[in-house]
Amino acid sequence: MSRLNVNICGVEFKNPVIAASGTYGFGREYNEFYPISKIGGISCKGMTIREKAGNPPPRIAETPEGILNSVGLQNPGVDHFIEHDLPWLREQDIVVIANIAGSTEEDYAAIAEKVNRSDVNMVELNISCPNVKAGGATFGTSPECAAHITSVVRGKCPNKPLIVKLSPNVTNISEIALAVESAGADAVSLINTLLGMRIDIRTRRPILKNNKGGMSGAAVFPIAVRMVNEVYNVVKIPVIGLGGICTWQDAIEMTLAGASAIQVGTAMFTNPYAPLEIIEGMEKYLEQNGIGNISELVGGVKLW
Amino acid sequence: MKYTQELCPIIKKQQLNKTTFSFTVKSEKAVQNMNHGQFANLKADGKTLRRPISVCEFSRDEGFIRFVFEVRGEGTEIISKKSEGEYLNILAPLGNGFEINPAERAVFVGGGIGVPPLLGSSKPYGENATVLLGFRSKDAIILADDFRANGADVRIATDDGSFGYHGFVTQLLAQRLDEAECDVIYSCGPMPMLRLVAAEAEKRGVRCMVSLEERMGCGIGACLVCACKTKAADGSVKYSHVCKNGPVFDSREVIWE
Repeated sequence: MSRLNVNICGVEFKNPVIAASGTYGFGREYNEFYPISKIGGISCKGMTIREKAGNPPPRIAETPEGILNSVGLQNPGVDHFIEHDLPWLREQDIVVIANIAGSTEEDYAAIAEKVNRSDVNMVELNISCPNVKAGGATFGTSPECAAHITSVVRGKCPNKPLIVKLSPNVTNISEIALAVESAGADAVSLINTLLGMRIDIRTRRPILKNNKGGMSGAAVFPIAVRMVNEVYNVVKIPVIGLGGICTWQDAIEMTLAGASAIQVGTAMFTNPYAPLEIIEGMEKYLEQNGIGNISELVGGVKLW
Repeated sequence: MKYTQELCPIIKKQQLNKTTFSFTVKSEKAVQNMNHGQFANLKADGKTLRRPISVCEFSRDEGFIRFVFEVRGEGTEIISKKSEGEYLNILAPLGNGFEINPAERAVFVGGGIGVPPLLGSSKPYGENATVLLGFRSKDAIILADDFRANGADVRIATDDGSFGYHGFVTQLLAQRLDEAECDVIYSCGPMPMLRLVAAEAEKRGVRCMVSLEERMGCGIGACLVCACKTKAADGSVKYSHVCKNGPVFDSREVIWE
């Protein structure tokens, strides 16, 4: 067994490195750089019950050590995914996680039912997208709403391990994590993007046509580490850590904070091979430190 | 594997005017399946986002790629400071490029920093190419001699009349289309110019391919940020992506907003 082999909610990952939703499409593009089967899992582009056009451009702005995006969940709809992308993904020897979103409770229930009957390995419930007007993050910013939508999806999707992706745009993320855990979540992933804004001082207009967007990249990493650690300390279910991870050192740090697996996103825009370099670096670190398996490090930070 | 990340040594650096630079780099892998009109995503050290820069010209046999770009912000400034002997980290070849058919009579219309991708694209057409270039003023003119060396009929317009035709390049296009037949127009430049080129082409019933620009993320079609509105043959409208569905579009597909 490999030092990086992990089991999350009964699903075997060859390594704990997962491509983060929204940065990796459905895997086909990065498969033109390297076989995507080298990474542990893919959290697919956030999907809705029907096709979604997304927000008008510009949808991206650079920030110090990061970016803001406002894609607005552009996606071809879950049926298209199940018919055209999932069969191909299932041939790639990679854990397939369907990231699902909606703007009403009915939408969430309908899409949960569809993915429950599909061939995906896991489901990631997106209640934290900052870029859609209705729904999205509003479901994720109060413990009551987060628990309610989790239990709705749990009820319609009993056959798949359910990860709930949490928003950092809240006062107390631990409360939300506890709420979704008690509503039936099998794991939580955090953090989604932080709400931000940039203004072009020449035009005096926001750079993003949507005015604001979600911030990601290296700049958010310390916030993600803190939140993962806080959540790890209160929940019993596995925590998947993401937010600004760029290097294997970041991945080990996030693991020590409490992450059973990690997701890599924005780093791939700078370096498409970032997940592979992270896997290689983690493997070497474990070997050099005589650690049999990465799971021995999860939550290993000794707080002062 | 369609895409490559390659560390390319800079073999020739030239400053074409105050803000425009030309870098010729050696390439072994990325150049192999490159087409005219494609682009590369260049790493700007210390920046999260790469900078999409069109391929000006390339040679598979000689193993080089040439990029000509303008310093517009911090990223392009960082790249412009590189010296001969240093390396450019590129992701390439990206996007779809122009379809080249040298038997056709082609007109190339370029504006400002939209001119470079037309150089390599027009070369196979030799004397069959008319190249119409528009610039703000005489000091902004780039690559005119390079186009002439390929045998093209080169005509230049400047906004302020400091060189060549005093006016817009789209007026040169109307003149050229009055003079002689044309099978296809290839164009790259600012949106207002492209829009006028597309309208002129439509009026005359000439096929027109335009190369677009938008703020990009991944450069390969995964992150969906570089959206542009297009319409399909059935009239349905959607957001396509400049990096993967483009940068070259049939002008009739583009919704000009």
